[in-house]
Amino acid sequence: MDILSLFIVLPLLTVLVLLGARSLKQARLIAMVGTLVQVAMSVNLLFAYLRERAVNDEIMLFTRDLVWFRDFNIHYSIGVDGISVALLMLTSLVVLAGVFISWKMEELPKEFFISLIVLSTGVYGFFISLDLFLMFVFFEIAVIPMFLLIGIWGSGPREYAAMKLTLMLMGASAVLLVGILGIYFNSGADGGPLTFNILEIAEVQIPVEAQKLFFPLTFIGFAVIGALFPFHTWSPDGHASAPTAVSMLHAGVLMKLGGYGVFRVAMYLMPEGTLHWSWFFIVLAAFGVIYGAFAAIRQTDLKYINAYSSVSHLGLVLFALLMLNKTAWNGAIIQSLSHGFMTALFFALIGMIYERTHTRDVTKLGGLLKVIPFISATYVIGGLASLGLPGFSGFVAEMNIFVGAFQHPEIPYRIASIFVVSAIVVTAVYILRVVGMMLMGPLRENSLTPMGKATWYEKTGIFLMLLPIIGIGVAPLWLSEMILKSIQPFIQGVL
Amino acid sequence: MDMETVLLLRQEISLLVIALILLLYEIFASDRKKAGVVPLAIALFTIHTALGFAAMKEGVLFGGMFRTTALIHLFKNILNLGVLIVLLQSAEWVRKELLPQKRGAEFFILLLSSLLGLQFLISSGDFLMFYLGLELSTLPLAALAAFEIYQMRSSEAGIKLILSSAMASGITLFGISLLYASSGTIYYSELAGVITESNLTVLAMILFFAGLAFKISLVPFHFWTADVYEGAPIGVASYLSVISKGAAVFILMILFFTVLKPMIHLWENLFYLLAVLTMFLGNLFALRQQNMKRFLAFSSIAQAGFILLGLITGTTLGVATVIYFVLIYIFSNLAAFGVVQAISTATGKEQMQDYEGLYRTNPKLSLVMMLGLFSLAGIPPVAGFFGKFFLFTAAASEGYYFLVFLAVVNVTISLYYYLLVVRAMFLRKSEHPIPYFANTVFMRIGLVITVIGILVLGLYSPVYDYIYALSSTLN
Repeated sequence: MDILSLFIVLPLLTVLVLLGARSLKQARLIAMVGTLVQVAMSVNLLFAYLRERAVNDEIMLFTRDLVWFRDFNIHYSIGVDGISVALLMLTSLVVLAGVFISWKMEELPKEFFISLIVLSTGVYGFFISLDLFLMFVFFEIAVIPMFLLIGIWGSGPREYAAMKLTLMLMGASAVLLVGILGIYFNSGADGGPLTFNILEIAEVQIPVEAQKLFFPLTFIGFAVIGALFPFHTWSPDGHASAPTAVSMLHAGVLMKLGGYGVFRVAMYLMPEGTLHWSWFFIVLAAFGVIYGAFAAIRQTDLKYINAYSSVSHLGLVLFALLMLNKTAWNGAIIQSLSHGFMTALFFALIGMIYERTHTRDVTKLGGLLKVIPFISATYVIGGLASLGLPGFSGFVAEMNIFVGAFQHPEIPYRIASIFVVSAIVVTAVYILRVVGMMLMGPLRENSLTPMGKATWYEKTGIFLMLLPIIGIGVAPLWLSEMILKSIQPFIQGVL
Repeated sequence: MDMETVLLLRQEISLLVIALILLLYEIFASDRKKAGVVPLAIALFTIHTALGFAAMKEGVLFGGMFRTTALIHLFKNILNLGVLIVLLQSAEWVRKELLPQKRGAEFFILLLSSLLGLQFLISSGDFLMFYLGLELSTLPLAALAAFEIYQMRSSEAGIKLILSSAMASGITLFGISLLYASSGTIYYSELAGVITESNLTVLAMILFFAGLAFKISLVPFHFWTADVYEGAPIGVASYLSVISKGAAVFILMILFFTVLKPMIHLWENLFYLLAVLTMFLGNLFALRQQNMKRFLAFSSIAQAGFILLGLITGTTLGVATVIYFVLIYIFSNLAAFGVVQAISTATGKEQMQDYEGLYRTNPKLSLVMMLGLFSLAGIPPVAGFFGKFFLFTAAASEGYYFLVFLAVVNVTISLYYYLLVVRAMFLRKSEHPIPYFANTVFMRIGLVITVIGILVLGLYSPVYDYIYALSSTLN
């Protein structure tokens, strides 16, 4: 068993063991052990990767290739580069934190943890796939448990949110399917056999006309899950209705599939299409950044605020990717990681606040810093990271993105960059507004009832998210070095 | 006729023998032992199915009227498997409803006769045998659809089926006669050489196609489907939706990919149009259905539209993907029908709202249902996803990207109504959920086989490889 296949096999084994669980205590214990091992595996992978990278110049490391469907040339083909290793790391940490946050999941606990782990299996598989078909399979495996997770354990209009989210994401994946088929049937353009293998297709010059046709399909197919405006509407409703751990996993990990897919499939395989369409999607992404930020100002529900903030932050990822240069791409990927940890942290904290005050309405909360100091203080830290304060991961990411964006030689692109930078100010407004209203000020009615302090499992979950945020912020160089090395072959492909 | 030629008819003879044994059992068994007909029929048919997998020679009989090849043999095995599952799932219903009326054996005999007709249909080498097979498969079904004689809607289903199928057979026969008039032969092997495109042959082809389209329930020949499925016993409805539909797809493929291949530039347009109509109408009508049988009826119409995506290609890839899809569709649809059957037999409930909260009382049945529906919707890693993906690949390989796009739009629409059932079972809570009930052994086996099929057929690629290798023999 190779080091990467373990990421698929071990979660499945965990699911099998979970099937036998009889109570909440057993279920959460099994889930915790399983996800802890996943974290250990991704840490191990990180070091193994760094060791191997020092001596190996291949684009993808730890590759493995087994023929699956011979006639279609579909392979079980896996491998990782620095970007996927970083994202695997993110995934395993968020899942573990999610298990801790769901420590008191009373309703159908076994089923809850099974769905959670199936979802994470899909995400792992997606990040390690080198075969478009395999990638697509894992993409859908990651999306469909969301329906049950939001529908069964959610709150508010959960059925509506679950249905909307599932249909929009599956609809997007349907569009993506056409794009993938288009790529597949043009992968023999230089006379070779048709293939789904990403690295092999990258060697082939897909006809320009085909690229122009299939790039937007592939791009939109992935970007919907990355909350591209105007296809983001599933995200606020979904986040607001989902249980805490699911919001964390969803915003923290699942939405990263979008940027990753856009980068690894749409842009890498169809550079001409990218150049042809980039202005169009830049406009959408830029609009999403600004719109998300302004929408967040107007919201009063904590989860909606955070969801729109995600739309804004992830719009930034797509925006940076389309700027087509190394610095911006580096920023986009660090932004993905940073946003993953930050959003997961926020949703975890919102869940804790809601549990104690029974409301998520900022206008009804006040002075929380006095009653639940630990949770409130962490919220402030997360907020500062989110608005891009130096010393936290958000700053590293946004700095790279904007430095890269301004390097774009054409004037319209620079103008777009100026607009997008202004969103930072708006971000500061909505974060400071929440901090001011909810955490400071006088105590409100809802805050007067005695509230429990943060428990050990809540603290563990919080620290799992907080440490990387600070870690990336304080020592970003080793991470950007790892990412930059992995970006190199893509730069050559696209530019 | 020596022994070896007779062996070419092995499948058909074995079916006939089973039917006769059951008939004799019915006549001679004492009243107390009449219940034994259920296990007897299932045991005999299991042996028949197992024997079917033994290797078989290829050959032609009756001067070219009947022929069998490795591919046709595969078709028959697929149908056998499907019928075996249908029998297992219907066992409890037969025991509960039919045995008190002493009509247990009749059900099996009629069902097997219909299957016999289908076997002849796909083995046919000329249009005479084709027509005989078609009629032999349809007439027992009309009787079966009206089998619950104390229920009005069952009789209505029988009448509807017999009238509309008589109409369809007539149209088909008219088409065949025109084909004969234009070419002077009814043998497939001779027709392939002499058929030329003229107004007469085009008309013949369209009329002929209409009859088969009725069996596959393509729009606009689908009007009978929902009413018949709703009125007929569930076992019969599931037989109609997978077995008789599957066989019709197979013979349609054989004829259009060989005999009528020269006219592909005409019928590909026809298929294109019908594929779009069938997918959209089937899906849109399925959205609002509350009765589970009507719901599955419209879903199966929509699935037929997807099948056309593979048929439109006329290539080996098209053949392979269509067979593969039909095979998976049999398992997926029978998983869904099986659960509906189990619940209906135990409690008599058939409405979607009755299923609310089912997971909390009958978790296993709910999971089987969910797997079946996910497979029908085409969600990985269950088999239905692979079936659909490959069908779309086949269509895209001939450049039908826009049709594939319309199809994926339909996949998304269909996902909505499949999720409605999942929502009822898993998300909703009910004050009067269907109480827990234990299933009989036969039903359990019937459901377990479908689940194994749904899980294995997709992920285990040698199945597809085998089908693909055989498919190239058709052209």
